[in-house]
Amino acid sequence: MAETVLEIENLVKNFGALRATDGVSLDLRQGEIHALIGPNGAGKSTLIHQICGTLKPDQGNIRFSGQDITALGVAERVRLGLGRTFQVSSIAPEFSALRNVMLAVQAKQGTSFRFFTPVMRDRSLTEPALAMLERVGLAARADIPAAELSHGERRQLEIAIALALESKAFLLDEPMAGMWPEGSKALTGFLDGLRHEAPILLVEHDMDAVFALADRISVLVYGKIITTGTVDEIRRDPAVRSAYLGDHA
Amino acid sequence: MTLSREALINLILITLLAAVPFVALGVGQPFYITLATRIAILALAAVGLNLVLGLGGLVSFGHAAFFGIGGYVAGILAAHASSGEPLLFGLAGSDQMPVIWLVTLILCGIVGLAIGAVSLRASGVYFIMSTLAFAQMIYYFAVSWPAYGGEDGLSILVRNQFPGVNSMKPISYFLICLGMLITGLALFSLIRASRFGAALQAARQNAVRVAAVGISPYPIRLAAFTLSGMITGVAGALYADLNRFASPSMISWHMSGELIVLIVLGGTGRLFGPVAGAMLYVVFEFALGGLTERWQFFLGLILLAVVLFARGGLLGLLAGKARHG
Repeated sequence: MAETVLEIENLVKNFGALRATDGVSLDLRQGEIHALIGPNGAGKSTLIHQICGTLKPDQGNIRFSGQDITALGVAERVRLGLGRTFQVSSIAPEFSALRNVMLAVQAKQGTSFRFFTPVMRDRSLTEPALAMLERVGLAARADIPAAELSHGERRQLEIAIALALESKAFLLDEPMAGMWPEGSKALTGFLDGLRHEAPILLVEHDMDAVFALADRISVLVYGKIITTGTVDEIRRDPAVRSAYLGDHA
Repeated sequence: MTLSREALINLILITLLAAVPFVALGVGQPFYITLATRIAILALAAVGLNLVLGLGGLVSFGHAAFFGIGGYVAGILAAHASSGEPLLFGLAGSDQMPVIWLVTLILCGIVGLAIGAVSLRASGVYFIMSTLAFAQMIYYFAVSWPAYGGEDGLSILVRNQFPGVNSMKPISYFLICLGMLITGLALFSLIRASRFGAALQAARQNAVRVAAVGISPYPIRLAAFTLSGMITGVAGALYADLNRFASPSMISWHMSGELIVLIVLGGTGRLFGPVAGAMLYVVFEFALGGLTERWQFFLGLILLAVVLFARGGLLGLLAGKARHG
């Protein structure tokens, strides 16, 4: 069996009387796409916040490449190699697409406490950043302020940023959301290849994409993972059908 | 490469400022030299604030603390130099500007680190109130310190000296201040274009994104706050030497507000925003102040117009929207 990169153990998070995460255990193995699905309000966002470090769990552990990261902050987790994209695109709106990626390259290279070298003349920043934009097909839009990019282009930009961080695992929060069918098709192809660089924990509502991509699927309902299995197993699972898929499958 | 429109306007502004004292000398109106010197000093103070406010998006309402510390360093060191009494730890006073500036930089660095470390734990209005509270503490400390003038402030009998220059000559002192302003602008411009500047500006636009690439915004902001205070502090030392007086009013919250107003008038985050703002402000103060004692009412109207109709300030109006690389 492939090596486990990310391991979540018995995670619990309460908001007052509401148990938003109820003993979730889940792992992500080298080379796979593990999709996390569940109806609205199932607690997917809460779970993601805990994995990224924006929320602290009440109980349980998160281990990443052999290290307990439960107590670490957001930036520290990213530096260890846990890259993510956001459900709603999160970018620096005034910066060009290129500068957004350059910020990630700069972060990857280490300290930001350099005061005197202009970044735009620093080829160790501009070249890798441009290469990442090329990979996601956004090179032609490199100089456009991120605020002026289309919705789909911003999703691409986020992926370019995650790539620039050379992450050891990706956490993609609804990367297809709001994309045109051609866009999600292209992205599906791209993610299919990306899994060989680093495993992906994919939270996604687009079932076509999930079924096309996932090696394994976990189904989250009311803060609990009711089952984990291959695409076929999940399609056949009666509990999943009633809880979530309806007639879709 | 051709000069961008903004660079051209910047060049015009600084040339204009540099030319005023010479024209004033030519037409026998030396008073205008003092006016131009005041502009240069206030602009430098605002350049410091522009680093946190413009680039970092952090509204410090306590930068008068640094301005005042600079002023009192100039006053106190000069007083000890002339009386010959040693300062703390047996250190001697000094009437040399470079020494005064160095002491100001160190002191403002330490104070900036302390104020920033606490205030940056908060955000939004709580950050603003926290910086204000610190500045007011320092204000009341100065007011209640009789050894250095208390409420009356501290006079500087003879303007401090700069090696090789007769600083008492208004035009020479203007050139010293202009030189410091240009140094401050060069520093701001370098920092803005650097990796540090990129992280600082990105943290203003989207702190979540900055953390999500692995850069913690807090240390970046703290360093910016400290640097910013140091620059404003040096301006304070220059200001005290211009007036030959260190006054508690330099530390009061009015001063902090005035610096914010300068930046908003000129253009937040723009390299020459503080220069344009200080020119406008001092000219308004002088021109309107000659007509009516209620000139600040009219300044208020103008500020309102800027906030409502010209968010980018004077530079935004003249040079268009700011572009990042």
